[in-house]
Amino acid sequence: MKCAPFDYVRAASVEETVKVLGEADGDGKILAGGQSLVPVLALRMARPAVLVDVNRIPGLSSIRRIDDTVEVGATVRHSRLAEQTEHPLLAEAARWIGHTAIRSRGTAGGSIAHADPSAELPVVAVATGATVTVTGPRGSRDVDAEELFVGALTTSIEEDEMITAIRFPQPDRWGFAEFARRHGDFALVTAVVTEVRGRPRITFGGVGSVPQRAAAAEQALADRRPAAEIAHIAAEEIEPTADLHGSVEFRRAIATEMTRRALAQFDSVREQSR
Amino acid sequence: MKISFSVNGERADLDVEPRRTLADALREDCGLTGTHLGCEHGVCGACTILVDGEPVRACLMFAVQADGASVSTVEGLQGTDGELHPVQEAFVACHGLQCGFCTPGMLMSACHLLDTRPDADRETIRAEMSGNICRCTGYQGIVAAVERARADMRDPAGPGEGPVHPWEVTFSEE
Repeated sequence: MKCAPFDYVRAASVEETVKVLGEADGDGKILAGGQSLVPVLALRMARPAVLVDVNRIPGLSSIRRIDDTVEVGATVRHSRLAEQTEHPLLAEAARWIGHTAIRSRGTAGGSIAHADPSAELPVVAVATGATVTVTGPRGSRDVDAEELFVGALTTSIEEDEMITAIRFPQPDRWGFAEFARRHGDFALVTAVVTEVRGRPRITFGGVGSVPQRAAAAEQALADRRPAAEIAHIAAEEIEPTADLHGSVEFRRAIATEMTRRALAQFDSVREQSR
Repeated sequence: MKISFSVNGERADLDVEPRRTLADALREDCGLTGTHLGCEHGVCGACTILVDGEPVRACLMFAVQADGASVSTVEGLQGTDGELHPVQEAFVACHGLQCGFCTPGMLMSACHLLDTRPDADRETIRAEMSGNICRCTGYQGIVAAVERARADMRDPAGPGEGPVHPWEVTFSEE
């Protein structure tokens, strides 16, 4: 099917984007990579009056290291994230996003804003304690990733605001494991184990409406419990939902294995750094 | 909206509605019907083309976004003397197509893969080509064709090292 008609604005700045969104009064959408938005438009599940194309705004497509964080501009493509060496966890996660032709267009800001529960970047954002910078008519604000995701495809970003950058702390150690039916498909379960600023985090994607942390499993990791035990605690703690692709039991079993694999990678990083 | 971009090295000046996808603009405004549309929402990969050298789903990009870009479609693969591209030759030799509908997207994905990773192994080829769906389930011939093209592109003068027919491929490691 074809998209419904819309007005197209090629924004030259963040300020212009925010202004156009404000004037659209809730009927505007930001067009970045379009890999999630355009299918929704093509199926006419959404028919915004205005699309603001942010792809050519200067200054939004850089990757910069700032102290112990890596700042990723909103329009950085997944293919570039996969190639960069500043943040190896981010690179690994980006390699799991869609297929080559999707990664060449899809953007970091778009993926965070879309907030798909089985997408990779939202999980990594929560797993590293990332901060998302959002600009609107009331100025800029920083939002913790954990507070940004409020439900499936729903964030706390207002309709007249725009993500400009995401700051991902560099974990001291990390492990990433994902299970999908075919490489490039949405994850059934993603498990990310990190140690950020001395604190362990265990985060899951694909098992609920937002990325979920497993607090009891994190405590077990801090207490240096065996990996099998931590994986079991984590899988019991999360609350997966059943769908066409797998029952709750199946997802728990996969979560156990993905946690075990992520923990193995997490430990191997520690051994290398000794 | 007035836009212009280059397609296979030639300039195209168009006046399009913002909602027109790049795929539709190529097919209907430029007359380049080699780019096929399957699902029209980014799943099947039949419309894969190259924009500024990167593979792109032409159904997920609006033509207005291609303003100033350099676009390559399947029509551009053939040489000026009419000679087929090594990847096209390999698809013919290895029976890399059945009905042919998905073929343009397969060819563009394969060309990008072999351009960027000329040493791609079979596993990499399978993973990369999985972004393109073939409803005839002709994947074995397609993978064999990409392997053969890889060999031909490395050594254009010599005979292809790759398997000629899909039934000559062994699947022991799978």
